[in-house]
Amino acid sequence: MSRRTIRKLTNLVALGLSACATAIGLVFLGAILWTLFKQGLSGFSLSLFTQMTPPPGATTGGLLNAIYGSFVMTLLGILMGGPIGLLAGTYLAEYGRNTRLASVIRFINDVLLSAPSIIIGLFVYELVVVPMGNFSALSGAVALAIISMPVIVRTTEDMLNLVPQGMKDASTALGAYPWRTITSIAYPAARSGMVTGLLLAVARISGESAPLLFTALNNQFWSTNLGAPIANLPVVIFTFAESSYQNWIQLAWSAALLITLAILLLSIIARVLVSRMSPGGARR
Amino acid sequence: MTTYSAGGETRVRLLAIGPDVERGPNRAAANQSLGNARSGISAERTAERNESKIEVRHLDFYYGTTRALKDVNLTLRDHSITAFIGPSGCGKSTLLRVLNRMYSLYPGHRATGEVLLDGENILAPSVDVASLRFRVGMVFQKATPFPMSVSENVAFGIRLAQRISRSALAERVESALRDAALWEEVKDKLNQDGRSLSGGQQQRLCIARTIAVRPEVVLFDEPTAALDPISTLKIEETLQSLREQFCIAIVTHNLQQAARVSNTTAFMYLGELVEVGPTEQIFTAPKDRRTDDYVTGRFG
Amino acid sequence: MNEMAAVGGTRAARHAATQRLLERVFGGTTLAMALLVLLVLGGVAVSLLRGAWPALSHFKLAFLTREIWNPVTDEYGALAAIYGTLVTSAIAMVLALPVSFGIAVFLTELAPNWLKRPVGVAIELLAAVPSIIFGVWGLFVFAPILQDTVQPWMMDTLGALPGVGMLFQGPPAGIGVLTAGIVLAIMIVPFISSVMRDVFETVPDVLKESGYGLGATTWEVIWNVVVPHSRTGIVGGCMLGLGRALGETMAVTFVIGNAHDIATSLLAPGTSISATIANEFTEATTALYRSSLIALGVLLFIITFSVIAAARLMLMRLDRRALSSV
Repeated sequence: MSRRTIRKLTNLVALGLSACATAIGLVFLGAILWTLFKQGLSGFSLSLFTQMTPPPGATTGGLLNAIYGSFVMTLLGILMGGPIGLLAGTYLAEYGRNTRLASVIRFINDVLLSAPSIIIGLFVYELVVVPMGNFSALSGAVALAIISMPVIVRTTEDMLNLVPQGMKDASTALGAYPWRTITSIAYPAARSGMVTGLLLAVARISGESAPLLFTALNNQFWSTNLGAPIANLPVVIFTFAESSYQNWIQLAWSAALLITLAILLLSIIARVLVSRMSPGGARR
Repeated sequence: MTTYSAGGETRVRLLAIGPDVERGPNRAAANQSLGNARSGISAERTAERNESKIEVRHLDFYYGTTRALKDVNLTLRDHSITAFIGPSGCGKSTLLRVLNRMYSLYPGHRATGEVLLDGENILAPSVDVASLRFRVGMVFQKATPFPMSVSENVAFGIRLAQRISRSALAERVESALRDAALWEEVKDKLNQDGRSLSGGQQQRLCIARTIAVRPEVVLFDEPTAALDPISTLKIEETLQSLREQFCIAIVTHNLQQAARVSNTTAFMYLGELVEVGPTEQIFTAPKDRRTDDYVTGRFG
Repeated sequence: MNEMAAVGGTRAARHAATQRLLERVFGGTTLAMALLVLLVLGGVAVSLLRGAWPALSHFKLAFLTREIWNPVTDEYGALAAIYGTLVTSAIAMVLALPVSFGIAVFLTELAPNWLKRPVGVAIELLAAVPSIIFGVWGLFVFAPILQDTVQPWMMDTLGALPGVGMLFQGPPAGIGVLTAGIVLAIMIVPFISSVMRDVFETVPDVLKESGYGLGATTWEVIWNVVVPHSRTGIVGGCMLGLGRALGETMAVTFVIGNAHDIATSLLAPGTSISATIANEFTEATTALYRSSLIALGVLLFIITFSVIAAARLMLMRLDRRALSSV
């Protein structure tokens, strides 16, 4: 075989393998989503949204308390982590910029971004659950807040850096202090990007399970008490899936589908927002 | 700019060249502008009688360890237009940015010497730079309308400087837009986003925004570099009318513009202020060889 | 300085003073929030160490070397968990790297434009699926398949080989270390492939064009131009994936079998650090039990922190914006 033929063959094989790899990836994606939808949807009924999680052995039941709990903790988590992340990201983009301190903070933030969430759960256990004396929705929300923070810091900084420096300079030249330039000019100009970052953070924490295991724990009943354990979809899945009760397993699938749908929806909305942004962060 | 051999004839030709517009309806405007340029230049004697507004004394400027401005001394007079010309990198924009302390934003940039605005040194550390910028405004090369409506754009600076009633604010906005020759075009669009205007309109909006604050000095950093000839013409006309109210400094790499518009011209080269004088003199009988070379197009 | 204040007298001076005050407050607050980031990491380290101290001081270095894990006698050793974490991650990386590489190559060089976006989006959706879904799917769908078809086949073929064979012995339980490794691999593939894709896209077109211009095939350009150019980024991306795999809880817990044993066979059940913590923390009865679990957390923290920090340092040299999604 001539050298040229060998090279062409190698090329074909290599590229063929990479196409195969992609196909494998897509096949697994399809298989997982297919199973998820099939199993989850078969448990979908109105009772899912009207009844509480059932005790072992019961025949009916729903996920209402878990849906509510997840919603509340996600909301609280974002309310706590969002402003902190936003302001920290603002510091990195506008005030700190090229300082040594900002580089260190950026680095640590990126490390936190990839840190295992179960460790955050342990931290919040020591920080909130132990002093409080019991598991609580509040501690779950704190854990989610800590997990969302690095995401928001990162996206805020990136989006603020996209605002044209000339626009910020023009505001400074009119006599505006940095806080004024940031709040009146930079934030509005970067608005859709920052909202996207928030949505991505929400999507991220919606699926987090490990940290909730020993912060919010679980609750079989309806609860609005933030100082007490609260039901939530991830821990329900964790408890129900490994059981031997059929209806529990069914509910676990439905809960998994609910979480996935929520995350897919958020990701799609974020994507649409990004595509509507023209370069430079300005809205079209 | 084509290169001609040295000679008085060439320099005069520069003054005679009008803006690059097509013939026809704009011709009259071109002639008028030329007339303004001529009268502006012949009014150079009046300029010298005007009060000194800004005095720069022994100004050095450093980016880190690089010395970008070397012992600059000059006077900017009130109610007149001073143009800064020179090749890229000569320091003219740097000098402009010293006048409103824009360099303070960046660590490692520092200025030594004195810059006196009505007798007070604005380089002193005790100066409140934000308030300084109410008195010394700047229009940048790239028009950057804020993400808000036209009227809010113009009102932005006013609101920074003072508390003001809504009716008074509306009046100030209108007056600024008129002075910037933009009122007629946007009076029905005041609530539209500033970014929806055309390029030339956006730049005039930025001018309106800057003069709305009623500064004493307005700095223009290559304001028409990114604009088409018609918009350039409109802005040059605006500059002429603004001269009556403000002390104006304009950086431009367009020599014809400098000749058309300014009373005084300063030529800079490699961080030094080589020569400054009445515009007519700079373009017809410069004292320094380098100035002569630049305005006749031998380099730059 | 007050002469520089806006015209209008004392009202204006007060206005200016308010503006200055707001600036100090705002600027100070942003700095405080940024410092909070540092505080969180420091807090995590400190609180974990504090919680782990009773166990670490009790067992000392033996904690790392003993396999025993007995809540009844209150004796704990991390070896089985460490082993499980390392082995599942190793399996995951071995499987995920070539596949991710292939996907990244496909998406940047091979796919026609009309295919790039949908496939790219699909892979990113896979990245957005939370790990607990992988765990549940692994438990109910994947493990049974492995148990019925793949694992018996493995035992018959690979298990019969000398040497390597001892990795594939034992009853086909479906769940186990190997299964956990495979599920983990599936989970980190979209992550690693998107980092690699971003890294590949930072290679300047001119570089690739000069390769093509010399008559190189697509694969040759990829292997000889793109990969060497982005080597640091590729390694960094892989290490980030490794960090993810090491710390992953939910995808592993459902299918690893939760047995505190170290077996030679990959088909046997085992446990990982995060699976142990997740399964046992709320059941921990004694203080020493809980402290040992937190000590496991400290180990995980050290392992993942080192890997992730090294990865981030490598990736720092690349364009940050190209990697803003990770």
